[in-house]
Amino acid sequence: MEWETVIGLEIHTQLATKSKIFSGASTAYGAAPNTQACAVDLGLPGVLPVLNAEVVNMAIKFGLAINAEIAPLSIFARKNYFYPDLPKGYQISQYELPIVGQGAVSIELEDGSSKTIGVTRAHLEEDAGKSLHEDFHGMTGIDLNRAGTPLLEIVSEPDMRSAQEAVAYMKKIHSLVRYLEISDGNMQEGSFRCDANVSVRPKGQEEFGTRAELKNINSFRFVERAIEFEVERQIELLEAGGEVVQETRLFDANKGETRSMRSKEEAMDYRYFPDPDLLPVEIDAGHIEHVRQSLPELPDAKRARFVSDYGLSDYDAGFLTASRDMADYYETVAKESAESKLAANWVMGELSSYLNKEDKDISDSPVSANMLAGMIRRIKDNTISGKIAKEVFDAMWQGQGDADAIIESKGLKQITDTGAIETLVDEVIANNPQQVEQFKAGKDKVLGFFVGQIMKATQGKANPAQVNELLIKKLKD
Amino acid sequence: MSLDKTQVEKIAHLARLQIDATDVPEYATNLSNILDLVAQMEAVATEGVDPMAHPTEAVQRLREDRVTETDQRDHFQAIAPQVENGLYLVPKVIE
Amino acid sequence: MHTKTIAQLAAGLRNGDFSSEELTRAYLERVARHDDTLNSFITVSEAEALQQARLADQRLKAGDGTTLTGIPVAQKDIFCTNGVLTTCGSRMLENFVAPYNATVIDKFNAAGAVMLGKTNMDEFAMGSSNETSYYGPVRNPWNTDTVPGGSSGGSAAAVAARLVPAASGTDTGGSIRQPAALCGITGLKPTYGRVSRYGMIAFASSLDQGGPLAQTAEDAAILLNTMAGFDSHDSTSIDEVVPDYTATLNDAIKGLKIGLPKEYFDEGLDAEVGKVVEAAIDEYKKLGAEIVDISLPNTHLAVPAYYVVAPAECSSNLSRFDGVRFGHRCEAPIDLEDLYKRSRGEGFGPEVKRRIMIGTYALSAGYYDAYYLKAQKVRRLISEDFKQAFEQVDVIMGPTSPSVAFKLGEKKDDPITMYLSDIYTIAVNLAGLPGMSIPAGFVNGMPVGLQIIGSYFNEARLLNVAHQYQQVTDWHTRAPTGFE
Repeated sequence: MEWETVIGLEIHTQLATKSKIFSGASTAYGAAPNTQACAVDLGLPGVLPVLNAEVVNMAIKFGLAINAEIAPLSIFARKNYFYPDLPKGYQISQYELPIVGQGAVSIELEDGSSKTIGVTRAHLEEDAGKSLHEDFHGMTGIDLNRAGTPLLEIVSEPDMRSAQEAVAYMKKIHSLVRYLEISDGNMQEGSFRCDANVSVRPKGQEEFGTRAELKNINSFRFVERAIEFEVERQIELLEAGGEVVQETRLFDANKGETRSMRSKEEAMDYRYFPDPDLLPVEIDAGHIEHVRQSLPELPDAKRARFVSDYGLSDYDAGFLTASRDMADYYETVAKESAESKLAANWVMGELSSYLNKEDKDISDSPVSANMLAGMIRRIKDNTISGKIAKEVFDAMWQGQGDADAIIESKGLKQITDTGAIETLVDEVIANNPQQVEQFKAGKDKVLGFFVGQIMKATQGKANPAQVNELLIKKLKD
Repeated sequence: MSLDKTQVEKIAHLARLQIDATDVPEYATNLSNILDLVAQMEAVATEGVDPMAHPTEAVQRLREDRVTETDQRDHFQAIAPQVENGLYLVPKVIE
Repeated sequence: MHTKTIAQLAAGLRNGDFSSEELTRAYLERVARHDDTLNSFITVSEAEALQQARLADQRLKAGDGTTLTGIPVAQKDIFCTNGVLTTCGSRMLENFVAPYNATVIDKFNAAGAVMLGKTNMDEFAMGSSNETSYYGPVRNPWNTDTVPGGSSGGSAAAVAARLVPAASGTDTGGSIRQPAALCGITGLKPTYGRVSRYGMIAFASSLDQGGPLAQTAEDAAILLNTMAGFDSHDSTSIDEVVPDYTATLNDAIKGLKIGLPKEYFDEGLDAEVGKVVEAAIDEYKKLGAEIVDISLPNTHLAVPAYYVVAPAECSSNLSRFDGVRFGHRCEAPIDLEDLYKRSRGEGFGPEVKRRIMIGTYALSAGYYDAYYLKAQKVRRLISEDFKQAFEQVDVIMGPTSPSVAFKLGEKKDDPITMYLSDIYTIAVNLAGLPGMSIPAGFVNGMPVGLQIIGSYFNEARLLNVAHQYQQVTDWHTRAPTGFE
């Protein structure tokens, strides 16, 4: 039996406003418990919500970026349920008329092809507070600082067919919200949360299978693993004659498996109705246009520009524009070094490799764009070779200073003096007659041996091009 | 429209209201009577009528994105039933 | 002093006939002496009142101040008052010392009014007789075996007995107008959005409005001048200019077109009450008004629609009362569910529970279209009825209540009968229009109210029309005996 995976993602991203969606309390992360929960956030008797203008603008930005319709009139609705981190006993959200309608994003698959993933809608809602389950002698502590933080819930169509596609989509959305500067997308701090709806169906079947909802997965890696586990679980279950239960499951990162959420209400009845404390949100064409003018260059446009301005391949441009931070970093390096191709190689190669190894974001790179540009200039002006540059890069990463300081202190300056190299070449030829014979007999590869010897003698500092040139010249004589 | 005991209990649960078992029949009767009253609305045709959520035609006003509230935790928690280290305490929640 | 209106008291204060402190003490003494009989106050804030009175006296001496400066006013216990117990007539909030002021309270404070205390009310504003209060029923000063009406029963009784010159109230289905009628005083529910709801504990968000209860239309106008106005804390507050409601009280009403809906004069109306109302209409004819027969054909749907919309909204509004951050918490909850169910079960009375349950049911899966959505459509029809009527007439009149005050306990066991007390007032809330009740006479010694309904933001006209009647009649000057 061949199975097809069907995945839809619901992403909740916290919007980076200064104040909350319905109150004037601060949204700053990390404050002492309940010091940023005002009367409105606490749901005190008699308080009322008033909508934050910037939240609307951010939602519009997102809608424009995914080519979606911005609703001229949208409604806030109450989602009613009881939970201690939900002070009013209802969450103000949007139900029937969300602010952003149907849109789409394109994702790049591993084989280089691209696929369009539909976005069903995006709507605004308020975040709940936090429950702290550490033992307060058998009690749970509630911190309502987060209550009222604005969220944009982005719902995809069930268009993804593999965990990899899901990750690519999630990364695309993550990149987009950061590009738009509507969210910092910080998954550790909870500003970017993902729920995955996963189901399987026999290949060729049109009807969707029963889906499970995997909740609150906070890293790209976990999304992939969680989905893969869940798909396997469902297939095994179905092949054994069982049925998939529609339920919510949590991903246990330690065990690498999903498990059913205990004591979670089956089929909650949220009793949605339009919130009578809020009026319909009207957005006219002028407002949308105003926001459109303020949009930053979007990833696809930037990618095209990198191809034309920097002469990069589409693939390289795609890599470098995957995130706003990376794109900005690259441009700084490219402009300051005036070596767009070298810059691309270094950013995509060495820098990315170091970042991945230490699980760092480019914004946390110890080697700044200026530093890297400086190093590339030294390659360009032949002060160091490309190989030595790797040493320099590593030293910069370790915090030993900038390129010039390191080249100086470690004496890494390339040997370019023709005379000096000629002497070395003569020496190595004189000391290795056997290899000279082999070369003259037609074994071109032996050249590498000579080069290696010279590099060893000079700790890699001899200019490789000059070494090669002189060696060949002398050997041919 | 008649509500039975099970329905009353289900609604009470949704609304997180404890109702004594002995009171359930009276609630069932009263609620059923109210639903009968409400059913009078069925007499009028309303297809194509625009529902009225608000008496006003106004649209939502937007507030400037500015922090206007200061920390009043002590003041607000002075009336709380149970707090510790600035947190509101509730019986342990099992997730 | 206690028979004086605010207008008269304000003059007295300015003349130096008495100070605000003296005035306040006089009323506090009256409350202490008479309120055991009426139970119209839940909290008497004596210390705060005297402090405010002294401040008011300073302002008056400095020649600074408004008409309300130094005037004692009672506030319905539904308005959050910083540092003062705010119970909403419920056990759920019996320990709730509000940590902030409602906007209306801030406005009264800025005007220099003196808050005497918080008045008794039906629990969470749900009721038409002030019998659902956890703090005991309020008695009608005209006959203490009868109800004062509700939910602003405490405010109405206190003003009627002249324990306070005026009071604030709230009206969701008639809760200012009906008690005003039953107690023989003047009450006004403004247009929805005229008065801020911030800090006014919510019952039904799309229907609630705060307004004044007073002895005269002029006094009501003085209070409305202070209460009305745009509030940026309330998204449903309308940014409409607040006129000086006292400035147009004496506008001529000759030629005024008064609509009388035939639906308001049917078999549901007590015959004697009907006669009083008709006599009142005759007075208007003498004043030069023109009577126009109109029809509001969907009147009979108002109560059914209301008993979906209001409970639905309140079932959600009252979810915040969960024993976690404020209010009543049950003893030793064993788990979260127990905390919620017992705190709410103990904190809420039966009428509140009934309405929460009806509301929950109406919004629950599968029933939304049949109930809530249907009710919102009926609401539109009712609103259209009024719109059309106001194309022909300037104001609409009729009885406020189908009967005079009934006996305590008489309707308590039959919610439906109780709900029908609001048959003439409810539609006005559904449409969001302004409405008033003014004293129009008596039946067997019990007051009868005339309801006057206006079009949107036409409070000035309503007050003018009421005031002109009060110039040629004296029903509004009558006060019950036994409260000297």
